[in-house]
Amino acid sequence: MDYILSIVVLACINMIAVLGLSIFTGFTGLFSFGHAAFVAVGAYTSAILTYYYSVSFPIALIAGAAAAGLVSLVIGIPTLRAKLRSDYFAIAILGFGEALRVLLENFEITNGARGLPGIDSFTTLPIVLVCLAGGVLIARNFLRSRWGAACIAIREDPIAAEMAGVRLFQTRLLSLVVSAVYCGLSGGLLAHFLSFIQPVMFTLLQSTQLLAAVIAGGMGSISGPLIASFVFIALPEALRVAQMWRLVAYGLLLVLIMVYRPQGLMGYSELSSLFRKKTGEQGGQQR
Amino acid sequence: MFLQTLITGLSIGGIYALMAVGYSLVFSVLNFSNFAHGAVIMLGAYVGLALATKLSLGFGLVLAGSIAGAGIIAVLNERLAYSSLRRRKAPSLYLMISAMGCAVFLENLVYATIGSRFYAFPEFFGRQVVTLGGSSISLLDVGAFLFALAAILGLHLFINRTRTGIAIRAGVSDMTMCSLMGVDLDRLIAIVFLLAGGFAGVAGVFLGVKYLVYPTMGWVTNKAYIAAVIGGLGSLPGALVGGLLLGIVETFVSTYVSSVLRDVFSFSMLIAFLIWRPNGLLGRDSEEKV
Repeated sequence: MDYILSIVVLACINMIAVLGLSIFTGFTGLFSFGHAAFVAVGAYTSAILTYYYSVSFPIALIAGAAAAGLVSLVIGIPTLRAKLRSDYFAIAILGFGEALRVLLENFEITNGARGLPGIDSFTTLPIVLVCLAGGVLIARNFLRSRWGAACIAIREDPIAAEMAGVRLFQTRLLSLVVSAVYCGLSGGLLAHFLSFIQPVMFTLLQSTQLLAAVIAGGMGSISGPLIASFVFIALPEALRVAQMWRLVAYGLLLVLIMVYRPQGLMGYSELSSLFRKKTGEQGGQQR
Repeated sequence: MFLQTLITGLSIGGIYALMAVGYSLVFSVLNFSNFAHGAVIMLGAYVGLALATKLSLGFGLVLAGSIAGAGIIAVLNERLAYSSLRRRKAPSLYLMISAMGCAVFLENLVYATIGSRFYAFPEFFGRQVVTLGGSSISLLDVGAFLFALAAILGLHLFINRTRTGIAIRAGVSDMTMCSLMGVDLDRLIAIVFLLAGGFAGVAGVFLGVKYLVYPTMGWVTNKAYIAAVIGGLGSLPGALVGGLLLGIVETFVSTYVSSVLRDVFSFSMLIAFLIWRPNGLLGRDSEEKV
């Protein structure tokens, strides 16, 4: 039972980070190969606060999420202001994530590459569920707000959106910060669940896994990526597949999705729209 | 000390340049970052390793076998993972994600089947060293550097002097127009990937001989992306200049500043170039078209 519980908790923690990346990639249309860095910032900030300074857990979580948001400004302001081509941006953030990991491996306070052991395990299933539910609610409201509409407009056509008066730089930056905050929160929860963190847990591979969940789940959807990330975590555990075969499958899946179904599992629609269609109402927008 | 550092930098830079050339070649034609290039380099190294240990071939044959093997792998990779995306003119980000998927797939497939053990090539050349101006220089480094130069020069001549080379350059400037003029695009792109794969094979063998062979050795290609960006994405002379420059800068940073900060410095350089000079030192203007 404990084993199943821990898988569910891990899957939910991962879903929070995927939710954040889904706002940035699925709704704003910018790809990132570096979001694991924000998870790392959240994890390390909150863990250091509770470990060295005995700050209470909720405050440490909030501080971790805020720190991730602040760090995202460091890379976001110069790259988004320069209006890099979308693929250059993805490479720039990849470089940023790798550079940050190298720094974490060499700081005194992070205990270097050996990692921080013995973090108090405060994270429980109810806490994670509350965070996840709150996260989904906030994400939904954000996407229905003016800002969310601006994000979606940018995803559809940045030039047309800019001409219609959407402020490209500010909107993209906001979307990046929001997604980084989600990742930071997820990192804080992760650190206090595993009670051990190490820089090697936050590599390009982790960023790719987050992106894989968003793409497999579907662009422009909240429920799709959540389902995908749950399946990605839970299924290999249930099938008892070794870690490396899971990664082989991830890679293959990314290629297959791009080749055969680039819109992903639930591209541009939500789980709720499926039920609506059954009762005769119009579903979400179709593409 | 200075001369020693410079030569070490040049020899590392030569390998970076070899990797960056293959990466840049694909970028110039298909306009996307082929993240699978690192995995092809790694597979090339394994092919070379198998030829060297199982069949105990000499260095020349190992190199040739690895060039052929990596070339074929690169062509297959394009056929299976990119060609259908390319035909329906998918955004370049889709190709990039597909490439990332290939990299993860190939790397972990090797991990799961061959294992994570580190392998060393048999010693082809003794540790011959020449002394020049008070600093010792490994002949292997000099050889690798000269071979890299020669290979890149050969590619440059091929692209500028032959019929196929002209077709490649035409494809770089406008794919649709190029195919209207009667160029078989599938064949052209297969040739480009064959060349890129061949260079990956050379880089893989050199990396394997200089260091070791292991599943994640392709991650070094991160440095090749940086080199390609510095030189200008899609530019072959740029890849050479960028590779050498990055190799020298990295060696100097790790010798005179701190070896820990070396990678941070390189990645910062990548971001700085992308922001202020996205076309690199020698690249052509490549704005995303409206």
